[in-house]
Amino acid sequence: MENAFGQPQNVVVLGGSSDIARAITRKLCAARTSNVVLAGRSQKALDAAGDEAKDYGATTVSTVLFDAEQPENAAKTIDEAFAAAGEPVDLVIIAVGLLGKQEEDENDPEATWRMAAVNYAWPVTALAQLRKLMVAQGHGRILVISSVASVRVRRTMYNYGAAKAGLDRFAFGFSQGLEGTGVKMQILRPGYVRTKMIAGLKEAPFTTGPNEVADYVMRGIANDSTIIWSPPILRYVFFILRHLPNSLWRAVMDRT
Amino acid sequence: MSRELLYGWGLTAPGNCELRTVYDEAQVLDQLSKTTHTIARGLGRSYGDPAQVSGGVVLNNRGLCEIGRISDEGVVTVGAGASIDELLQLSIPLGWFVPVTAGTRQITIGGAIAADVHGKNHHVDGSFANHVLSMRLVTPTGAHTISPNSQPELFWGTVGAMGLTGVITEATIQMTPITTDSVLVDTDRYSNLEGVMTAMFEGDANYRYSVAWVDCMTKGKNMGRAILTRGDHAGVDQVTKPTLVGPQPPKISVPFMPPSGLLNRASVRLFNEAWFRVAPQHREKEVQSLSTFFHPLDGVSNWNRMYGKRGFLQYQFAVSDDHSETVVNAIKRLSESGVASFLAVLKRFGAGNASPLSFPIPGWTLALDLPIGSPRLPGILDELDDMVVAAGGRLYFAKDSRLSPEKAQVMYPRLGEFRTLKNRIDPEHKLTSDLARRLRLVGE
Ligand SMILES: Cc1cc2nc3c(=O)[nH]c(=O)nc-3n(C[C@H](O)[C@H](O)[C@H](O)COP(=O)(O)OP(=O)(O)OC[C@H]3O[C@@H](n4cnc5c(N)ncnc54)[C@H](O)[C@@H]3O)c2cc1C
Ligand SMILES: NC(=O)c1ccc[n+]([C@@H]2O[C@H](COP(=O)([O-])OP(=O)(O)OC[C@H]3O[C@@H](n4cnc5c(N)ncnc54)[C@H](OP(=O)(O)O)[C@@H]3O)[C@@H](O)[C@H]2O)c1
Repeated sequence: MENAFGQPQNVVVLGGSSDIARAITRKLCAARTSNVVLAGRSQKALDAAGDEAKDYGATTVSTVLFDAEQPENAAKTIDEAFAAAGEPVDLVIIAVGLLGKQEEDENDPEATWRMAAVNYAWPVTALAQLRKLMVAQGHGRILVISSVASVRVRRTMYNYGAAKAGLDRFAFGFSQGLEGTGVKMQILRPGYVRTKMIAGLKEAPFTTGPNEVADYVMRGIANDSTIIWSPPILRYVFFILRHLPNSLWRAVMDRT
Repeated sequence: MSRELLYGWGLTAPGNCELRTVYDEAQVLDQLSKTTHTIARGLGRSYGDPAQVSGGVVLNNRGLCEIGRISDEGVVTVGAGASIDELLQLSIPLGWFVPVTAGTRQITIGGAIAADVHGKNHHVDGSFANHVLSMRLVTPTGAHTISPNSQPELFWGTVGAMGLTGVITEATIQMTPITTDSVLVDTDRYSNLEGVMTAMFEGDANYRYSVAWVDCMTKGKNMGRAILTRGDHAGVDQVTKPTLVGPQPPKISVPFMPPSGLLNRASVRLFNEAWFRVAPQHREKEVQSLSTFFHPLDGVSNWNRMYGKRGFLQYQFAVSDDHSETVVNAIKRLSESGVASFLAVLKRFGAGNASPLSFPIPGWTLALDLPIGSPRLPGILDELDDMVVAAGGRLYFAKDSRLSPEKAQVMYPRLGEFRTLKNRIDPEHKLTSDLARRLRLVGE
């Protein structure tokens, strides 16, 4: 169960090998989390993340394999993850994501479809099943990792940005439908984070490490914030960016 | 029958449960046969999550509210859902007071037994269950009349077990005779913790009721400054106009939730300061009403809303006299950390009883309310837990909302004994709560 500080005991991570999710999981295990289910596509990567969770205090770690390019199997993966948890799940983190390469992908229907599947179709399908299970539990939290890229779609990563925008808006509507159920939805909107996802890209302003993101997440959980910005100042930065005329927006964003 | 969000007095960690009011034993039996996860609930005055089970069925005991005739010897049979307030309305005019009361009258008899509550008289009279002659308990395996003589294991196993052995439907209680509705109170102010602890250690035995309010925010030489109030029921010849009038309903209510953060370091410090300024250095035999002395907070209903939507928690621990330094160290740690805390309640405990899970152990108990919000608070309280564990002490389940299961096992070494009983009378573990899940009280 979650305690008065929102610290969970049983946690499911969808995208358990994600660098951001691992940083969050380490912090959770150092507090009250003892039972972790890691779901992902690479057993080896999940095992490494599992060992790390144990180093930080988890006593039980299980793994579930899935491929986010098959959204039709998402519900089954959720069922397997909850069965592996064996107890009511206090927190589910959805960290699955794919950045893609816009200029290579944009003439490739298959790659474009993959971006939509991994970043949008799989997560929202999973969310529908999560809603069913968690509302029946009567409690729990879902953390969806969106991105500041969802706030205003950029020419240089519109496949990614548009899919994240869809997920972000979906999650926002989803959160409103949870009132009174005991289940909470929280949306994390990070700026650039130094992880394997952006390895090789030029570092943008307000880039943070995954541990800082995890700190903002801990704070956001304790405060029940529906939207968690990381770092928090991006809330204001993107408020301005969002309202720039298109020519200015492109002048700023196409270069980074 | 409805699904709703339930939480404790601290307004934290809500769970969506199906709430069903039960009116008699047959209904309780029926519910227990039909459901897989269920727990009883009284007036929800526990701070954390013991009276809820997310996704399960919560049996509201308020339908079990009958209060029987009080015998000439002061023995009364009361429905488990009747509140101490309702009992006092009837009993005070007849010259009877409850043997033990919490700091609020708004708790049920079921809740009082399930938590085995203690009052300001623990050092003399022990906890609530010490005055329960018998009770009726409905478990998934049947209904039982249990008393310390007839079924000691089930009786004491139910006391302090936070509803996990079954649903209490009624209890027969020995009341305390009174001749007036007044208390004669002595008040003393101390400029530091050592002073008040010495006075309590040496002098509490002379009073039936005793409690000290301690300031946990002042550092240095005034660390732990305190106001000690002690008293006894007044006799007819000790007050000018003796009366026997029951408690009055609250006059003020907190109508809405102010933003979290209203009760912060500055505002709480100001309140504590005012409290000390108002208290006399020394005053003897002041006549106070039962309500003023025992239930000062009941004058304002819903005062918990003052903490805002993030809510608050109460940290209460007990340690033996051999470890009184833990009280000092805990207050030192709190005052140095600067977290906002209203005056803490310091009390002496007398002997414990036979229950494996009852909280009181002889020595000291300290309780303080803390708003949720400071990011350092979880870590500070984990440190305090370690201090309490090292001293062989324990936390109170009725107040807890954040302890870890590992430390709960150490604090309650007789948990294994309770689990053996649990497996016998509730083999499918139908009775469970969010507290039981969080602290893994019922085992695998
Ligand atoms: C302002 C305030 C002051 C307090 N002061 C004190 C104090 O001085 N001393 C002290 O000891 N405590 C104190 N408490 C705590 C309080 O007395 C206990 O938490 C008590 O259990 C609350 O009773 P309730 O009826 O509200 O029960 P709830 O909070 O609804 O339930 C508490 C537990 O009792 C169980 N329970 C309730 N009814 C039944 C039943 N019929 N059968 C079986 N189990 C049942 C529940 O399952 C749950 O585990 C205080 C609380 C507040 C808010
Ligand atoms: N890094 C940033 O700058 C940044 C900024 C904002 C938002 N985000 C978002 O944060 C989340 C976590 O990203 P991260 O930075 O931690 O990068 P990451 O380590 O690459 O995490 C992405 C996760 O998605 C998984 N994944 C990708 N495709 C999958 C598929 N087909 N099937 C199953 N799993 C798949 C990855 O698994 P493998 O490990 O097996 O590849 C990995 O666990 C993502 O949603 C990302 O969009 C990142």
